[in-house]
Amino acid sequence: MALAFDEYGRPFIILREQESKSRLRGIDAQKANISAGVAVSRILRTSLGPKGMDKMLQSPDGDITITNDGATILEQMDVDNQIGKLMVELSRSQDYEIGDGTTGVVVLAGALLEQAEKLLERGIHPIRVAEGFEISSKMAVDHLEKISHKFDFSATNIEPLVQTCMTTLSSKIVNRCKRSLAEIAVKGVMAVADLERKDVNLDLIKVEGKVGGKLEDTELVYGIIVDKDMSHPQMPKQIEDAKIAILTCPFEPPKPKTKHKVDIDTVEKFQTLRKQEQQYFDDMVQQCKDVGATLVICQWGFDDEANHLLMHRNLPAVRWVGGVELELIAIATGGRIVPRFQELTTEKLGKAGLVREKAFGTTKDRMLYIEHCANSKAVTIFIRGGNKMMIEETKRSIHDALCVARNLIRNNSIVYGGGAAEISCSIAVEAAADKYPGVEQYAIRAFADALDSVPMALAENSGLQPIETVSAVKAQQIKENNHCCGIDCNDTGTNDMREQNVFETLIGKQQQILLATQVVKMILKIDDVISPTEY
Amino acid sequence: MAVERLFKDEATEEKGERARMASFVGAMAIADLVKTTLGPKGMDKILQSTGRGHSVTVTNDGATILKSLHIDNPAAKVLIDISKVQDDEVGDGTTSVVVLAGELLREAEKLVGSKIHPMTIISGFRMAAECARKALLDRVKDNKDDAEKFRSDLMRIAKTTLSSKILSQDKEHFAKLAVDAVMRLKGSTNLESIQIIKKAGGSLKDSFLDEGFILDKKIGLGQPKRIENANILVANTAMDTDKVKIYGARVRVDSMAKVAQIEGAEKEKMREKVQKIIGHGINCFVNRQLIYNFPEELFADAGILAIEHADFDGIERLALVTGGEIASTFDNPESVKLGHCKLIEEIMIGEDKLIHFSGVEMGQACTIVLRGASFHVLDEAERSLHDALCVLSQTVNDSRVLLGGGWPEMVMAKAVDELARKTPGKKSHAIEAFSRALIAIPTTIADNAGLDSAELVAQLRAEHHKEDSNAGIDVITGAVGDMSVLGISEAFKVKQAVLLSATEAAEMILRVDEIITCAPRRREDRM
Repeated sequence: MALAFDEYGRPFIILREQESKSRLRGIDAQKANISAGVAVSRILRTSLGPKGMDKMLQSPDGDITITNDGATILEQMDVDNQIGKLMVELSRSQDYEIGDGTTGVVVLAGALLEQAEKLLERGIHPIRVAEGFEISSKMAVDHLEKISHKFDFSATNIEPLVQTCMTTLSSKIVNRCKRSLAEIAVKGVMAVADLERKDVNLDLIKVEGKVGGKLEDTELVYGIIVDKDMSHPQMPKQIEDAKIAILTCPFEPPKPKTKHKVDIDTVEKFQTLRKQEQQYFDDMVQQCKDVGATLVICQWGFDDEANHLLMHRNLPAVRWVGGVELELIAIATGGRIVPRFQELTTEKLGKAGLVREKAFGTTKDRMLYIEHCANSKAVTIFIRGGNKMMIEETKRSIHDALCVARNLIRNNSIVYGGGAAEISCSIAVEAAADKYPGVEQYAIRAFADALDSVPMALAENSGLQPIETVSAVKAQQIKENNHCCGIDCNDTGTNDMREQNVFETLIGKQQQILLATQVVKMILKIDDVISPTEY
Repeated sequence: MAVERLFKDEATEEKGERARMASFVGAMAIADLVKTTLGPKGMDKILQSTGRGHSVTVTNDGATILKSLHIDNPAAKVLIDISKVQDDEVGDGTTSVVVLAGELLREAEKLVGSKIHPMTIISGFRMAAECARKALLDRVKDNKDDAEKFRSDLMRIAKTTLSSKILSQDKEHFAKLAVDAVMRLKGSTNLESIQIIKKAGGSLKDSFLDEGFILDKKIGLGQPKRIENANILVANTAMDTDKVKIYGARVRVDSMAKVAQIEGAEKEKMREKVQKIIGHGINCFVNRQLIYNFPEELFADAGILAIEHADFDGIERLALVTGGEIASTFDNPESVKLGHCKLIEEIMIGEDKLIHFSGVEMGQACTIVLRGASFHVLDEAERSLHDALCVLSQTVNDSRVLLGGGWPEMVMAKAVDELARKTPGKKSHAIEAFSRALIAIPTTIADNAGLDSAELVAQLRAEHHKEDSNAGIDVITGAVGDMSVLGISEAFKVKQAVLLSATEAAEMILRVDEIITCAPRRREDRM
């Protein structure tokens, strides 16, 4: 009870502790927090690795998501616990920063928490534990740097990139055609990459999905696909060497922002107004025609009259194209977005080799392909698949693969996957622990144990004996001084990850360790949880 | 110390075995539900909607049944989704895909029960599906070059599709209707241009395909009821009051006389517009929007047939058949393409008057008039015909054809069985299970027809052991028969889609080891 006494000896309450609030303090708070964090990580543990299982999530509206992407699972779960929410945040920040390894980071954080609990029980102060973790995470990150490999790729030799993307994709449901998807992802990234600056703007890669067909039909389009059709059913469905006017102004009479009124009080005025209106439509179409546009893409709608005039003048048009798509089209075709008809000039038109409308299936679905663009710096990945959930999951997988490819272009260092990097770090941290004076030594050793839990989970999910396998691999790494040994999840007969071509990005791994340590530190430092009870 | 609450209230979590059980049970329940509708002797379902009027639908179309179900089981939703996609993509096989996925999961459940990891099952299923697809590809027939044979293929497919539907009594008649209609499309898959008009009365046999175009509209009063060599202007324009579109315009007057003047000007404007339209040299005017009395009268005076409020699809189709363009401005009569047809007349079908355009230039669109005893029959007939049309239009593009009557399943099962024997490791159990799931389809067809399925399928299996057998189940005689003689065919595209989507869905459900259900969103305004 938080009570204090004023100068007259009357008690007053600092913190109301009756019905309205529940409160946990000291070691109890830490233990409760730790067990919540561990519970979240336990959910994700089975999703790790190529043989990881999926989770089925039902949203409040009854929509189904099936995924094994850590960030997506956590995002869609109705987590109410505060610490649970921290773990969700953790996975999300890994997603934003790196895009891949969202499951691994949560599993690692969970393992660290488990180890921390044991230390707390032995009476080590949480801050000392946190410090120990901090020191060891630095060691692990440095060690990763040491064992990392630089590998070379160029615009012509994309094979190493494809291999790395395949590692990412192999844990997803799409691993049936991971090769072709990895190639699509890498080619897409290479198309938009700025190799000089080593940067990739993923916004330039549009991922569009449509149910139907099969996964193998997924394709990379060097151009843009818009889920729209021509505004008039009788406009041509295919335009070659299109010159595209990209407009953000409607084909409608002007609507000034300021309030105004046009008063009609005589018959003459009525007639002039009518004439002007017709003239206006005519002018708009004429202006487009004059600059030599052969296709109009407009962010807004058209009036029926304008629509017919366009069709009549043989100027195909697309209406209600979204702002983001409009921008992409502008980038791809090298055109400029024109906000007013008066400012339309020939230079501002975008150019595309082929624009065509494509119909799908038995329903009326049509999509507009804009291909062979002047500037192929914007691409679209078009995903087909048996059902909606499949498409959504493929989108997420492709996103992960794109992120991996981008990270490699930014920094071409890799470490070996399949738990090899974790085991190697664990060995290094373990060895360093013995040299460290002070209580932190225990925390550092615990950190090494926590690192083992990732390969452990991998082995468990692949149906191998976890402890046996991991200790064997560890022994092998030390004996052969070979940091490429990992868990052989796919039963290929070798556990040298170099031969299996299982790579992960260095920054991804480093980020995982750093983020997980940070969150664990934060959780350990909490010693008082005050939450309002349900009312 | 246990965590009391990780999730919000009412959010539930099911793990491991229980989650898997929940999804297997849900998926199988759905598959069993539609199972009895499979095949030519499949039964129908009555669906009663919960909406106002409790309207009733009688159908045996898998997609339609599943679409109307209220399902809470997440795995069941996956199956419903694949059925819907099958409907959108190829139009037919909506029941088969669900039944196959259900059977795959039933087999998978047994394997999981005997301690085989789901991932092993999945990789076995994948190998099996790939092998089954190859087996089908090997046996596929393609008669694209031979127009005569291709047509007969189409007829066979149409008959096979229709034979499981309400139209099976008149399948010959309807198959011909459907094939004729699809052939007119000349390879386009746009089924929009085939119009289906339903009129209660008469019998199903009285349904017919009209080469021309029928618009479900009446001809305005005092206008000619019959026009030969019509020039048609198809328009989408306001013919009620032509508002000034400039924003903020309003009429402000200070005396009654001025109001009258302005009204006069408005009328004058409309008259001018009508004059311009008449100036196109037309004798028929079809508008998407309303035509008010005043312009209608003007048209009548000029002896022009004016049809108002034809819906958008109607307009598009009409433009397509007559070869005109949809016009909204009328200032350059010389450059607007008019539509033509030989004859426009008002015809009677049952009680209703309809407008019939015959002798049209472009033969792409056509109309099928369905007649039948009740609305339920008509609705079901429309669905059946739609299925047939979808399959046919897909077949026109991908002309590969297979035999029907359980033949493809047996061919696939045989190939998959052989693969199982060659494959080392636990996967072979999964591959074997896949072939059992395939055989479940002919079994169900036989069961639904009240035949001795075990006997028939065993015979079929023996028959297929020979090379190049054409054996399938002949439901009519209740024996094993030669499918190529009986003329039962199916489109390759449909079978392939069934195979791939069913495997994909089963795989997806198998991979799940945990179901997390969020708290349902509260709806206050409902009961």
